[in-house]
Amino acid sequence: MSALTLVYAGLFYAATAVFVVGLAAKIAGYARTPAPLRIPTTPAPRTRAGVVGRMAREVLLFESLFRANKWIWLFGWLFHVALALVLVRHLRYFTEPVWPVVAIAQPFGIYAGFALLAGLAGLWARRLLVERIRYISTWSDHLMLALLILIAVSGLMMKYVAHTDIVAVKAFVLGLMRFDLQPLPADGPLLVHLFLVAGLMAIFPASKLLHAPGVFFSPTRNQADDSRERRTVAPWAAGLEKK
Amino acid sequence: MGAPDVQAPPLKAYPVIPILQADAMAGSRPYVAAEKLNEAIGFPGKLVDGWQAKAVAKLGELRDRYRSLRVFLDACVHCGACTDKCHFFLGTGDPKNMPVARQELVRKVYRRYFTFAGKHFPKLVGAEDLTESVLEDWYRYFNQCSECRRCSVYCPYGIDTAEITMAAKEVMDSIGMGQKYTNEIIGKVHKIGNNLGLPGPALLDTLQTLEEEVKEETGQDVRFPLDEPGAEVLVVTPSADFFAEPHVFSLIGYAKVFHAAGIRWTLSSHASEAGNFGLFIGNYDQTRRIAMRVREAALELGVKRVVVGECGHAWRVAYSFWNTLIGPFDFLDARHPVPQHVCELTYDLIRRGAITLERERNDRRVVTFHDSCNVARASGMGGIPRGQFILPRAIVRAACTRFHDMAPETIHENTFCCGGGGGLLTDELVELRVKGALPRMEALKAVVDEHGVNFMATICAICKAQFAKVLPYYKFDMGMVGGVHQLVGDAIVLGRND
Repeated sequence: MSALTLVYAGLFYAATAVFVVGLAAKIAGYARTPAPLRIPTTPAPRTRAGVVGRMAREVLLFESLFRANKWIWLFGWLFHVALALVLVRHLRYFTEPVWPVVAIAQPFGIYAGFALLAGLAGLWARRLLVERIRYISTWSDHLMLALLILIAVSGLMMKYVAHTDIVAVKAFVLGLMRFDLQPLPADGPLLVHLFLVAGLMAIFPASKLLHAPGVFFSPTRNQADDSRERRTVAPWAAGLEKK
Repeated sequence: MGAPDVQAPPLKAYPVIPILQADAMAGSRPYVAAEKLNEAIGFPGKLVDGWQAKAVAKLGELRDRYRSLRVFLDACVHCGACTDKCHFFLGTGDPKNMPVARQELVRKVYRRYFTFAGKHFPKLVGAEDLTESVLEDWYRYFNQCSECRRCSVYCPYGIDTAEITMAAKEVMDSIGMGQKYTNEIIGKVHKIGNNLGLPGPALLDTLQTLEEEVKEETGQDVRFPLDEPGAEVLVVTPSADFFAEPHVFSLIGYAKVFHAAGIRWTLSSHASEAGNFGLFIGNYDQTRRIAMRVREAALELGVKRVVVGECGHAWRVAYSFWNTLIGPFDFLDARHPVPQHVCELTYDLIRRGAITLERERNDRRVVTFHDSCNVARASGMGGIPRGQFILPRAIVRAACTRFHDMAPETIHENTFCCGGGGGLLTDELVELRVKGALPRMEALKAVVDEHGVNFMATICAICKAQFAKVLPYYKFDMGMVGGVHQLVGDAIVLGRND
């Protein structure tokens, strides 16, 4: 087994551990922390079923963002939908045999790779060109976009510029999952691609990528407008009642 | 107080997002509360020794208490959706009045002390120590947020700057950096029973005068009862309703509605204030203790229903928080909403034909309706979605012949704050208040020019006081603003049931 394979295997085990443990800790923190008062933002549904609908529109269509700013919505939504398709396409590396739905998604996943780049480019252009957004941008905001763009470009390069032995890549991935290491092809774009993806996984729980789990815990979006019908005394607030 | 020096920004025909003007409002700073004011309500008198560590610890404590704060501190991606949504940004151009930038004042401190990235790579992620200058920024810019939640409507994650502002204010209160106007009022409500410091005997006197005035005007014995045990309804209303104009006209309106419908009601000297400034400083315990007066008064007077008058943030606290803070209300009549907004009561009476309005009596008025932020974005009415927009408008239309809404992007949940909410309704902030009213004034001007609107109805005491103050800066008549029940009071037919 080459040193390269060992390094990358170690990298992915470590990145996965950081991703899973870090994210689980964050989510546990959100779930554990009480929401002592009802603070849904209008238009708030009156029922739990309504909340599920609102959350679905928020997560799948970015409803609030659409109301806020059509350009950010366009680029942001394009990027996220493309990313979802690309991820589905990548499932073929993790399953044997490949699931039918993943097989069907293959060609769309390729186009999505370009759409993903277009979305990221649009978002970055706004970050650089719109004064207000430039003002609020930190170095990490720019680097996050750079990271995602490099991942997308290195991925597309393997398809269009320098082919990689994807059968071997799949063997490597399945090997990782089965704790039975298989050699990783030593191709430049592949190594760059995998290294950056591992990096993205590792910084996920410590970065703004937490918006992904965060939106589900957002009290202004996940609460029903039922404050006159339900009491929601938090454990720490219950102590005040005894005073 | 410098008021005459303040120049209102020009009203533009179309809303324009301003070019950033760094530190344009860096000089806006309300008075810090004196030692006695802070200590009277249980906060340290002045900036404590070791305030930095204590502030950071407090922030950590609040993060463990409020899921909202915990999620909102992590979730922002700096997408920029909120950057042009705040009336204070639109009116001042100060970049720190963009909601995300305001939040970042807390977030950069949170990152520095609570996150891996902020501890080890502060420059990279925009993390910063809580220095004296950061604290000073907090004091200035969290007192330039009216907690109106407009940004929260547009945020893809629902991040609510009001929650961040409240947390920052609570941290500042905990280290002795309380704001004078809010903390003085909280002291008054505990000591005297209302925000304006109007003692019981003066209140009784005022109400008797009102009875005489209404008798003279209508010939009817419309009553303004105080502390009457056995009444069916306890009315809790902002204390401005007792003597300030135009507020008092709405109080007269409520009294006429009860009179015409034949419902026995009473005010309470113990709970002679609907407003709850505990909300503005984000303090759960204060909010609860101020609200508790209402429960005590309702029990003591033995009423069956509690009705809340025209006050925006009071209705948020009543509708969204009372049940949790001071409930359960099993001693009240469950056939009516608990608590009930006075608009719900009046709307119901109109629909049932229990009161009659003659719209022609308001013929001199061309009316628009200003949605108050706390009612619009943080409460409900009528038990139906969007009821808080439907009910007040239905009442206004029943009371007037001519009604025109302002532009859709400036009403309902998109409404622009009056510029005076959240504990900013104080004279030293008048420049901020005038500039913050700009988006609302632009929308108002459009309906004034197009439809000849001469009356802006609203259901919030802070909106009324704020508009009465800032309308003249924009060359409008201060008498243009008034209550929904002012219109009802002028249109209602009395004496039919006698």
